[in-house]
Amino acid sequence: MTSQGAVTAADPGAAVTRRADARRVTGRSGRGTGRPGRDRGRKRLEILFFVAPALALMAIFVVYPVFSAARMSFYRWKGFGPMVDFVGLQNYVRVLADDVFTDAVVHNFVIVFASILVQLPLGLALALLLNRRIRGRGLLRTIIFVPYVLAEVIAGVVWFQLLQPRSGLLETMLTSVGFPVPEQGFLGTPDLALATVFVVLTWKYLGLAVLLFLAGLQGVPDELHEAAQLDGASWWQAQRRIAIPLLAPTIRTWCFLSMIGSLQLFDMVWILTGGGPANATTTMATYLVSQGTQRSNFGIAGAASVVLFLIGFALAVAYQFLVLRRDTEADT
Amino acid sequence: MLCSSAVLLTATACGGGGDSSASGGDDDTITWWHNSNNEPGRGYYEQVAADFEAANPGVEVEVVAMAHEDMVDKLEAAFQSGDVPDVYMERGGGELADHVEAGLVRDLSEDASEEIDEIGGSAAGWQVEGQTYALPFSVGVVGFWYNTELFQQAGITTPPATMEELTSAIEALKGAGITPISLGAGDKWPAAHYWYYAAVRACSEDVLTDAVTSLDFSDPCFVQAGEEVQALIDTEPFNPGFLTTPAQEGATSASGLLATGQVAMELTGHWEPGVMQGLTEDGQGLGDRTGWFPFPAVEGGEGDPQAQLGGGDAWAVAQEAPDAAVDLVKYLLSDEVQQGFAGNDMGLPTIPAAAGSVSDPALAQLLEVRDAAPYVQLYFDTAFGASVGGAMNDAIALQFAGEATPQDIVDQTQQAADQEQ
Repeated sequence: MTSQGAVTAADPGAAVTRRADARRVTGRSGRGTGRPGRDRGRKRLEILFFVAPALALMAIFVVYPVFSAARMSFYRWKGFGPMVDFVGLQNYVRVLADDVFTDAVVHNFVIVFASILVQLPLGLALALLLNRRIRGRGLLRTIIFVPYVLAEVIAGVVWFQLLQPRSGLLETMLTSVGFPVPEQGFLGTPDLALATVFVVLTWKYLGLAVLLFLAGLQGVPDELHEAAQLDGASWWQAQRRIAIPLLAPTIRTWCFLSMIGSLQLFDMVWILTGGGPANATTTMATYLVSQGTQRSNFGIAGAASVVLFLIGFALAVAYQFLVLRRDTEADT
Repeated sequence: MLCSSAVLLTATACGGGGDSSASGGDDDTITWWHNSNNEPGRGYYEQVAADFEAANPGVEVEVVAMAHEDMVDKLEAAFQSGDVPDVYMERGGGELADHVEAGLVRDLSEDASEEIDEIGGSAAGWQVEGQTYALPFSVGVVGFWYNTELFQQAGITTPPATMEELTSAIEALKGAGITPISLGAGDKWPAAHYWYYAAVRACSEDVLTDAVTSLDFSDPCFVQAGEEVQALIDTEPFNPGFLTTPAQEGATSASGLLATGQVAMELTGHWEPGVMQGLTEDGQGLGDRTGWFPFPAVEGGEGDPQAQLGGGDAWAVAQEAPDAAVDLVKYLLSDEVQQGFAGNDMGLPTIPAAAGSVSDPALAQLLEVRDAAPYVQLYFDTAFGASVGGAMNDAIALQFAGEATPQDIVDQTQQAADQEQ
């Protein structure tokens, strides 16, 4: 699609045919037959030309802010006026010595592990179930997937109302069946708040896991199942020995997405609890936002965001190295 | 056109390009940002701007009315870029001190000395090192807003004047099956107001005034304040889930609970009637069931029981603004404009000549209390600035969650203050 667009947009008119021909040659063989050097050079130029605007936007709206946040982390800065008060690593020391931040890191990792321990088996079970021909399958798939499509802010507001102590629908329902409801509500009790947030997150993101796993299951050839059936394998044996192992690359990819998402967790927490009560649900992201926008400690917010970035980066590299590499090696 | 001919002389002025709308590049145009986004305030301010233009030929006032939160966000961005509107709102305290330090605000001490004299003590919150940087046009106080009907139901005849009386009122309300107090501790500051007020009652004025500049919280009265709050928390007077309840968004917020008759009272500012009106379907709020009483006296406290906690809004002029902007601010603080401001119930006027023009009875009562107060302590989080004030609010919120002692609040505030030095 890119090269098609390249030809028509960059060089309309007579040159189109010639270029299109050249492209066809390179395109078919994958290596340019006649004049490899020239074609490759031209192709690179074309790519550069069309990628340049995107790169420029990336540089302005992604790369520059990242670097300015990193720079900010070395200054004491209230958000206005020139950034002059250089404090070296002091902001990092303050962030790492702050119990609220270290608790936030713990909360993030609790969510990371809880997601893998709870959402993975649950999503897998649902996907295997929904992959069978059962009645109401389409409806079930929709029900599970709808929360994922819903904006996180809207989902958060709805759950906040549902979880209101006394007046909230959920509490009313639980009370009517005699289920013990905490005095301060599920979100207002420090010991329960993080678990409650996690339940809402699971409700929200289970759909993504199920969708990915279902897509992965489509890639399992029917012949394998048929062969297994001929050999007298039960449904569960077929899943365990064939479907799940073949689904492994999808599962590993989902785990990666889930980890990164859990580390960056912000919206749902911000709306449900704002990081409270008593910092019981603070995450690294809510910490840095409240330090920056509410307390005007932009240097501290910058340092916290760099720490968040480093943790995410280290985890991503480690995961790539230890887990995902298997998948890429298998391909080649 | 003008730019090209004068390019050699005023290269810098033209270089800014489109930013003349917000800063003082142009001597004849004044940009004025305000948050009176609804009628009658919006229309009134348009009229004020037109009157000012008529009295000052050649001067043009560009009025920008925004919702409060939008204005705060845009101001934040304006301070960051240094491109501040000519006339804008300052909330005083540490926030203002930071703006002054960054050289963004114009010193009005000399130019508006007459107005400052008339405003009197209320101007203190907008002074930095003896100089006045903004003129408060509305200063209100915090107190208990209550539902007179529910108080009657519980057999409470006179509003509580001491902490003991407050405790017995809480017991009476609970006995009648009524939740006594709503609290939006999810937003932290509503909880912090209890501690602030307890400190105003427990500490002498000197200690408080001194703390704002020295950032020294070693006086035992600050721990006493926390103890008073703890005693109140121990009576369990608040709505269930108060730790995550928001202050004033929606019917289940603290203000919403009071407005819909689900709790008997709430400690909050002078804006409460307006907020409650916005949260009820009939737009009336509590209507004629609205009552107000000041924060009760603390036994053995050094503070004056007449002193109040409050804050307000002031007009400031950007450092780069043309001189006409100062004239506009002086006009905004004139008897005439303040009387109109009060008559439209847009706030609690600071010029004495306008005091009689407030028509809303609840606001008029507040105004009396405010004017009778020996001093009005600016909300601590504003006075100390976002950094120290934020740490203070966090620690107080922890106390309400049962996870911090009165001493912890002082320690954590002191720690944040030390990091500022």
